[in-house]
Amino acid sequence: MPSALKAEPDTRLRGFREVQSLAYECAEAVAAQLKPGVTEREAARMQRDWLRERGVRDWFHLPFAWFGDRTAFVHFRIPLQFFPTNRRLEAGMPFILDMAPVYKGFTADIGYSGCLGLNPVHNRLLADLEAHRELILREVREKRPLREIYEDVDRLMVRQGYANRHRAYPFGVIAHKIDRVKERRWSPNVFGFGTQALKGLASDAVHGHRDGWSPLWSPYKFSDHPPRPGLWAVEPHLGFRGTGAKFEEILVVTDSRDPEQSAFWLDDDLPHVRRWAEEKAA
Amino acid sequence: MSVTSVDIEGARERWVRTGGVELCVAELGDESQPTVLLVHGYPDSKEVWSEVAERLAERFHVVLYDVRGHGRSTAPAPLRGGFTLEKLTDDFLAVADAVSPDRPVHLVGHDWGSVQGWEFATVERTEGRIASFTSMSGPSLDHFGHWIKNRMSRPTPRKVGQLLGQGAKSWYVYMLHTPVLPELAWRGPLGKRWPKMLQRLENVPADGYPTASLAQDAAHGAWLYRDNVRARLRRPRPDAYAHVPVQLITPLDDAFLSPKLYAELEHWAPRLIRRTLPAKHWIPRTRPDQLAAWISEFVRANEDGTPARDTVATGPYADRFGGQLVLVTGAASGIGRATAFAFAEAGARIVAVDRDAEGAARTAEMSRLIGAPEAWGEAVDVSDEQAMEKLAEKVATEYGVVDVLVNNAGIGLSGSFFDTTAEDWKKVLDVNLWGVIHGCRIFGKQMAERGQGGHIVNTASAAAYQPSRALPAYSTSKAAVLMLSECLRAELAGQGIGVSAICPGLINTNITSTTHFAGTDAKEEKRLQKKTSRLYGLRNFPPEKVASAILRAVVKNQAVVPVTPEARGAHLMSRFTPRMLRAIARLEPPL
Repeated sequence: MPSALKAEPDTRLRGFREVQSLAYECAEAVAAQLKPGVTEREAARMQRDWLRERGVRDWFHLPFAWFGDRTAFVHFRIPLQFFPTNRRLEAGMPFILDMAPVYKGFTADIGYSGCLGLNPVHNRLLADLEAHRELILREVREKRPLREIYEDVDRLMVRQGYANRHRAYPFGVIAHKIDRVKERRWSPNVFGFGTQALKGLASDAVHGHRDGWSPLWSPYKFSDHPPRPGLWAVEPHLGFRGTGAKFEEILVVTDSRDPEQSAFWLDDDLPHVRRWAEEKAA
Repeated sequence: MSVTSVDIEGARERWVRTGGVELCVAELGDESQPTVLLVHGYPDSKEVWSEVAERLAERFHVVLYDVRGHGRSTAPAPLRGGFTLEKLTDDFLAVADAVSPDRPVHLVGHDWGSVQGWEFATVERTEGRIASFTSMSGPSLDHFGHWIKNRMSRPTPRKVGQLLGQGAKSWYVYMLHTPVLPELAWRGPLGKRWPKMLQRLENVPADGYPTASLAQDAAHGAWLYRDNVRARLRRPRPDAYAHVPVQLITPLDDAFLSPKLYAELEHWAPRLIRRTLPAKHWIPRTRPDQLAAWISEFVRANEDGTPARDTVATGPYADRFGGQLVLVTGAASGIGRATAFAFAEAGARIVAVDRDAEGAARTAEMSRLIGAPEAWGEAVDVSDEQAMEKLAEKVATEYGVVDVLVNNAGIGLSGSFFDTTAEDWKKVLDVNLWGVIHGCRIFGKQMAERGQGGHIVNTASAAAYQPSRALPAYSTSKAAVLMLSECLRAELAGQGIGVSAICPGLINTNITSTTHFAGTDAKEEKRLQKKTSRLYGLRNFPPEKVASAILRAVVKNQAVVPVTPEARGAHLMSRFTPRMLRAIARLEPPL
């Protein structure tokens, strides 16, 4: 809720930053343990266990893991195909770990792309994601309608020669809002999504529907509005002939007049951002 | 009889004595380079390799010899029993020891040379003497024996069909087993007519081959069959496993050997690479460029110690397009880019041509990442004749002759006939029609002059046969492309060059967002572009599927290929219910 942002913004953002970096830590820890023969189910379980041990009790959604051409959602028809399978990791295969833990009432939703050994195509995809991170931030600061930003991201992907794979997500979203979640003793999951988080999203959707905005950033008409203040988990997902790569992190949008303050990435100390910086330095 | 009309330029000759015969051995190229040993077939002499040898000599130490009883080598006496594979193996080892005593040789065999080659590559006593083996049009008699046994013992309909098919192709083997008659025929009328028959039936160019020793070679060579075929087919060796990496080159239109013969070859040759090409039996004469390229690549890979299997692309049709030069116009986006990527995955070398230099370069860069050994981006406007001429010159000198040409560049133009200005017409015809004409004329000419086959793909459209009130100019240009392709196909068929027209329906590419809508102002045009893009996006037929159709069309040499259900439907209707198609043409598009 935007009003909550103004009240004690620092502590709030600190909470989100903490859970986001915890999630990325988890992704890096699990990625380091992946070796040939590990299945997607095992990788998802490793993420779950790692976060549970560190105090995560609830989820926006349970951890996903995609290996090989499933990183590009090849032949995905129904949403059930997102769930981890018994696909085994092989040398040179790309993988994506995607998790959304809730920690002390704060939610994060992250995506981590990697590959086992050398894969030049995957390297290229990862490097090309940087342009999307810059484009999204720039256009959000310009207060362009979300639907148009979506189309610009699409165009950039086409220019780069890639396919838009976030189109495969429910409602084809490139991003969705996230917020604080009430910590309940019992919070069941429905199709991998935490009920508390879904409740928040649903109430946003209802309020937004009245005011003409949506917590889902999609290519459709209901996203034809300027960026709504709050926290957005942004996840551009590139696909190229059976190889996919994405990042997902929190974009903070405020109602500040100052463009620098009107939108910014919650945290720049993330694996993919560090990687780009290292490549530039090298 | 030893006068040859095709001399192998710069060949050094020597004689090798072994087992009572003298073998005529020719050497070319630098002796410090890896040795490539070429073995000829039946009825041939070593001169069958002249074209390939000259090309290989630039990089390798090339050795050829006349098999005993052929060419200038002497024949064993008596002939019966003098041509067994054991004795031929002795000959091979003697030649290999003479020309490359310290290093193993790279063996290449065609026809009976390949049959021998399989024997050399699978017997124990040659181990360490062979570095690699390239086989064309000649199976191992032992593998063949097992192949027949396998099919006889479990005669499913398919296996019986394969047996009968190969049985019919082997008619000449039965003939050669009759005594005396084949010799008489070869020394008489058949020998005299053979060169003409090769030219007519096998498309072998009339360049002086076969040599004058033909009748003698063919008469002696009959003993190759009589001494080996029955014995080996009846009792094939159970241990005929290749101890070297093998590259199998299969000409698909071979009149004597069915490609099905090699179905189980991985069992016998674990380190196998397959190549196919659309050609008839005598590929050393008809496809020397392609053979030299594949042999060079295979020899290099095995010299470096990297397993060749790892360097070969894995995409669909990699056996066919590996190492070939493919030029795609309009390759910066949409169907062109997807086509370049699909060929790159099959291991082809890519020239990506587009007006948009940055996009073309990007296509080339990504192509290299997914399997193209080399790829280049070229910024050229296809409607500019001089620029195309210049491009062709550059491509020919720097990259080689194009094997597959994809004329894909095109622009969209919509609007009623009376809104379409002369300027609009000129623009759309310049790119969509003249671009294709220039491509076919300039690159097709190079292809035809080389005389070693090739393929031209022209991207037409479903609009070529589906009339519409909304696309008069565009449809006209595409209909012209379709007819041009059909005419060119007829003209080039005799030269082994195929021409295909691809007719895609509504494909989700950026052509919609650049289409000019005649008779509208800028704002209205923008709106229409957006609306059309959205409709095509909803249809969401990916250009990658068109690219797969293009590769398939080249492999199968299809004439007209509608892609997408609506294009197929319209194609059928244009043939069977054209009036209904005309009624549809009168509808206003929902924009």
